[in-house]
Amino acid sequence: MRRLRFHPCGNFRETYQEELTIFETDFGRLWLIIGLILLFGVIPFVSSSYLLYVLNLVGIYAIAAIGLNILIGYTGQISLGHGAFFGVGAYTAAILATKANLPFWAAVPLGGVMTAAVGMIFGIPSGRLKHLYLTIATLAGQFIMEYVFVHWDSLTGGADGIVVTGATLFGIDLGNDRSFYFVIFVCFVLMTWIAVNLMRTRYGRAFIAIRDNDRAAEGMGIPLFGYKLLSFAISSFYAGFAGALFAYYTMSITPEPFNLWLSIEFIAMIIIGGLGNIPGSVFGTIFIVALNESLSALTQYLMNLGAASNIAITIAPLREFVFGMAIILFIIFEPKGLAEVWRIVRSSFRLWPFSY
Amino acid sequence: MEFFFQLLVNGLSIGFLYALSALGFVMIFKSSSVLNFAHGELLAIGAFIFLALSVWAKLPIIVAFGLTLIGSFALGFIIERFFLRPLIGEALIEVIMLTVGLAAMFKGLLLFIFGGDTQSYPQFLPESLSIHWGNIEIPSVYVATFIIGLIFLGLFGFFFKYSSQGIYMRSVADNQPAALSLGVHVRRVFALSWAIAALVCAMSGIVLGIINGVNVHELSSIGLKVFPVVILGGLDSIGGAILGGIIIGLLETFTGGYVSTSLREVIPYIALVFILMVKPYGLFGLVEIERV
Repeated sequence: MRRLRFHPCGNFRETYQEELTIFETDFGRLWLIIGLILLFGVIPFVSSSYLLYVLNLVGIYAIAAIGLNILIGYTGQISLGHGAFFGVGAYTAAILATKANLPFWAAVPLGGVMTAAVGMIFGIPSGRLKHLYLTIATLAGQFIMEYVFVHWDSLTGGADGIVVTGATLFGIDLGNDRSFYFVIFVCFVLMTWIAVNLMRTRYGRAFIAIRDNDRAAEGMGIPLFGYKLLSFAISSFYAGFAGALFAYYTMSITPEPFNLWLSIEFIAMIIIGGLGNIPGSVFGTIFIVALNESLSALTQYLMNLGAASNIAITIAPLREFVFGMAIILFIIFEPKGLAEVWRIVRSSFRLWPFSY
Repeated sequence: MEFFFQLLVNGLSIGFLYALSALGFVMIFKSSSVLNFAHGELLAIGAFIFLALSVWAKLPIIVAFGLTLIGSFALGFIIERFFLRPLIGEALIEVIMLTVGLAAMFKGLLLFIFGGDTQSYPQFLPESLSIHWGNIEIPSVYVATFIIGLIFLGLFGFFFKYSSQGIYMRSVADNQPAALSLGVHVRRVFALSWAIAALVCAMSGIVLGIINGVNVHELSSIGLKVFPVVILGGLDSIGGAILGGIIIGLLETFTGGYVSTSLREVIPYIALVFILMVKPYGLFGLVEIERV
């Protein structure tokens, strides 16, 4: 029987092993197990179909946000093209499914691989120059990709898009929200697990070293170009994987959703959640999706009032305003995001009544 | 051949507009090395203030123009004071993301107040300014823009070269800690550069509005097209921005004229990726020795 350990009041770590542990105490594991039971055993069976839809969106976007956090939060390279990379994954999966008749389990990871390859092309400038230039290169990537989505008619179906149906996994029809919920969240747990552990390996630590001081990292023998490109590829893989799931989930894709605005939403997710923090990406995703849904519910509500439909049309742009406002307020007042808020709340409980 | 010349003239005039709208961007980057993603929105704000003053408030054009310039100058100060100043010394990512947030916020606000439709200014430029040369015509707007642009370029050239504030700005751009230790008021320099940039943006926004009509979406997409322009010219070079703008403008119109009209919108970005891979500091950019 292991001795039960409680959270220490401070940082008393003595070895690197301790520093690298994910769960400081067994309570962390316990909470994780409780969380997983809730996630797979309770939530899908008690939620309404609308809530399931929202949760599925959260799951899909969270995978992409985690990927983006590996790039921005851990490696310190900004990408403004993740909306389009998400789209590349979606289109690749859709094309593989409709033209090549690949099954679901093959098309989704291939969507991720394809996106990683495309992402690396736009990541090449990062090898020559500092991160500012990568930002601009990915911005260009965003527009080029949008153009390809619309104008490569024979492959992408142009503005009409592609209809993807009949996702099945092991003979189970994934046509409804509940069965897809399990697929999404198994992928989500798996991808989160990979991301969390990736950050403890030499690769993850090299990424963090590059973020903190690229010159020092190079001095310590980290080949910058290779690692930056690797980080970019991993991040694009996550985006593409999520995009492929999105394609199967929404069943029909058009070029419209994969615009610059989606890239900005992804960035808002990780800024609001917390840069360089995996659980933070999930918090941020929940925040943004909830904000989106409540704003559209508000618009819908005002539409239904009938006479006030003019107001509904004029408040639609408020979405952008609220998003921009949220990004700015978080950067100025809580740059570490919701993850930091969560940490403060937790530690104030833990240290009570001796918190200062 | 006539088609070629018409394209050439169109390309030059569009390029000149790009150059003009890139100036404010370069100004901010030069002094504070901030990539301003809210650039297009600053253009739009200038254009819409002018619209509100000249069309809604029915002020005389000159008064409206002056008030717009003053207003956007103040706006630049406010942006710097309330949004950028808390971030001095923070990581570049946060500053860039802040400008992305500002862009979204301003765009939402403008759409909320003015709507997404294209609106236009009353005709106020004299027709006599336009130039006819054979079948090729250069509208008076472009001529007026060219004259105003040249005047402002000259003024800025003198400002940066000879005035003390201009020299401070250059010193901050060159080496911020060194400038601080020599007693340059860095925060004031930042505030001033944002204010001047907003002023230049307002001016470019008005010109763009005269030519294409005032539309939030269009102006903010022009704000993003500034990136190919300044990367081609070199991020911190005003002369480079002008040449880059003209080259990108020509590239756009010739692609639109000879290859395909849909490729026109995206060709600057394709060029941008190539430039970044081949000559990332652009034509006149300061080549930093550090290669990371």
